[in-house]
Amino acid sequence: MAKTLFEKIWDRHVVKTIEGGPAVLYIDKHLIHEVTSPQAFAGLNKRGIKVFRPQQVVATADHNVPTLNQHLPIKEELSRLQVEALKKNCAEHGIELYGLGHPFQGIVHVIGPELGFTQPGMTIVCGDSHTSTHGAFGSIAFGIGTSEVEMVMATQCLLQSKPKLMRINIDGELKAGVVSKDIVLYILAQISASGATGYAVEFAGSAIRALSMEGRMTICNMSIEMGARCGMIAPDQTTFDYMEGRKFAPQGEEWNKKLAYWKTLVSDEAAVFDKEYHFKAADIEPMITYGTNPGMGIGVSGHVPALNEIDEKEKPSFEKSLEYMGLQPGAAIKGKKVDYVFIGSCTNSRIEDLRMVASFVKGKQKAGHVEVWVVPGSKQVEKQAIEEGIDKIFEAAGFQLRQPGCSACLGMNEDKIPAGKYCISTSNRNFEGRQGPNARTFLASPLTAALAAITGEVGDVREHYN
Amino acid sequence: MSKSINRITSTAVPVNIENVDTDQIIPARFLKATSRDGFGKNLFRDWRYENDDEAKPKAGFPLNDARFKGNILVAAKNFGCGSSREHAAWAIKDAGFDVVVSSFFADIFKNNALNNFLLPVTVSDAFLQEIFVAIENDPNSEFQVDLPSQTISIAATGASEQFDINPYKKTCLLNGYDDIDFLLSITEDIKKFEAQNA
Repeated sequence: MAKTLFEKIWDRHVVKTIEGGPAVLYIDKHLIHEVTSPQAFAGLNKRGIKVFRPQQVVATADHNVPTLNQHLPIKEELSRLQVEALKKNCAEHGIELYGLGHPFQGIVHVIGPELGFTQPGMTIVCGDSHTSTHGAFGSIAFGIGTSEVEMVMATQCLLQSKPKLMRINIDGELKAGVVSKDIVLYILAQISASGATGYAVEFAGSAIRALSMEGRMTICNMSIEMGARCGMIAPDQTTFDYMEGRKFAPQGEEWNKKLAYWKTLVSDEAAVFDKEYHFKAADIEPMITYGTNPGMGIGVSGHVPALNEIDEKEKPSFEKSLEYMGLQPGAAIKGKKVDYVFIGSCTNSRIEDLRMVASFVKGKQKAGHVEVWVVPGSKQVEKQAIEEGIDKIFEAAGFQLRQPGCSACLGMNEDKIPAGKYCISTSNRNFEGRQGPNARTFLASPLTAALAAITGEVGDVREHYN
Repeated sequence: MSKSINRITSTAVPVNIENVDTDQIIPARFLKATSRDGFGKNLFRDWRYENDDEAKPKAGFPLNDARFKGNILVAAKNFGCGSSREHAAWAIKDAGFDVVVSSFFADIFKNNALNNFLLPVTVSDAFLQEIFVAIENDPNSEFQVDLPSQTISIAATGASEQFDINPYKKTCLLNGYDDIDFLLSITEDIKKFEAQNA
């Protein structure tokens, strides 16, 4: 029987199925961090049991860490205690920890792939919704709550109901200045922030195939913003080239064996999806969000919807959103002044993102009133950026290159956007208060963010490519 | 925390807002705790208070309105989207709710709720509107959520609707069973699976 990519992986991981209920799904890899794991460890300790397969777990500290002076103790007491608890728990349960100061430390969804921990055909979970990122390698990867973290620690399994299947095809060539972040913001604007709830989504089509692994990760990362259980892309030569030689990637004969299997991980031609969308890459322009959920996006040359373009039922939410953002219905977004630029997060903090920004800003200066933070996704990305001289380009432009962590994506650590200020951000969520109480977020690509850093306002990068 | 759910009759607190994300339910700056307790006081923190100041409750927000009480929370569609933080379910439960009613729940939130004996009840858009109208007409309006028969009803009008729940999860909620207890009971099956797939 013809199978989708999702089904091929799912079927191989079902330990057993409960009559009329969910499946017991085996989990290959478990990533943990300081925020969503302490209560799970406490649960195990209360039961007097140890982590079942510690060698299948990797830990890092990312959400709660400062991005300056990481060599010093964390100033904020509760953050420090949480990071210390992770250290203690990992030591007690025999889990490898890439904590602060370790050369592999970084955002959990950046380090998994760069270490080769993330591999095609696997089931991967983490107590973080952006675990969908790892699906870019052709794996089933999804975020879980802390009770589920405890289940995976205790048994390496989860009870899961099989989601419905959706395929989103993007075909054709992207215009100059349009990048993978714009693709995913475009899809979100088309299908909404709940458009894929209940589905596992496979991204396909020639525009997806043409993307680098970094670009693919950006798309799968934000599949959760559509509500998807997970996002995935079939592995291909781009995937294999990226993986070969990475620390935990298979070596020698084992590599060849795995490679042969990975090449079977595609949706069969006759496979059936419950829902399918087709979009044209050429229709996509640089995107930006104007509202308070990631589905509220428009092309940068467009305008905020006018009231008569909004469904009567949606009006209260729409108006609440615009009031929060300080924007008027029908207003143009281009030319809107910004106060902060944040380039980072598990969506866009990889070396390719930093290179993209560096090549755009080289020889230019940031606008005087703008504060620009560039936060690499990991120590390895930071090291690479320094080796390539990207740090010098940022320094000359007046950008701050900070140390790895989740930073201003989530208003949890020291990096927050002040109330009322506008931040153009390469992160994934523009929710109210996400970057700090009353902070206002415009989500955009690293290129659109870089342009705003230079001009101090929202602009259209395509004008700089003609 | 009550570790089972059966029949609940209560008034309800309406939060008639769509796409309520878990950052609103519990902002990230409150996720620094290492225990599961005490999140209730920060439920909807930034919608509840002006400038993060407990001395300045926002008048319009239902949780600050003495007319609304009870252990049923009613919200508009796509409730619990965004972050996977289970702290959102903990905060709602800790604030005294046993049931959340909406026309549409985000996946991860729904699982987190079920794992904490917080019952997510999905109703049709039309029925959800009937509930909001009933509360608006009379904040003392009572609702009955009956898990064994999977029905929710509005006392004032007698209207009722059936809701779906996975039969396995229903058994867990009725009896206070945890997924983890079940998974630990099948460790031998898991080991066998590992050996076959090594």
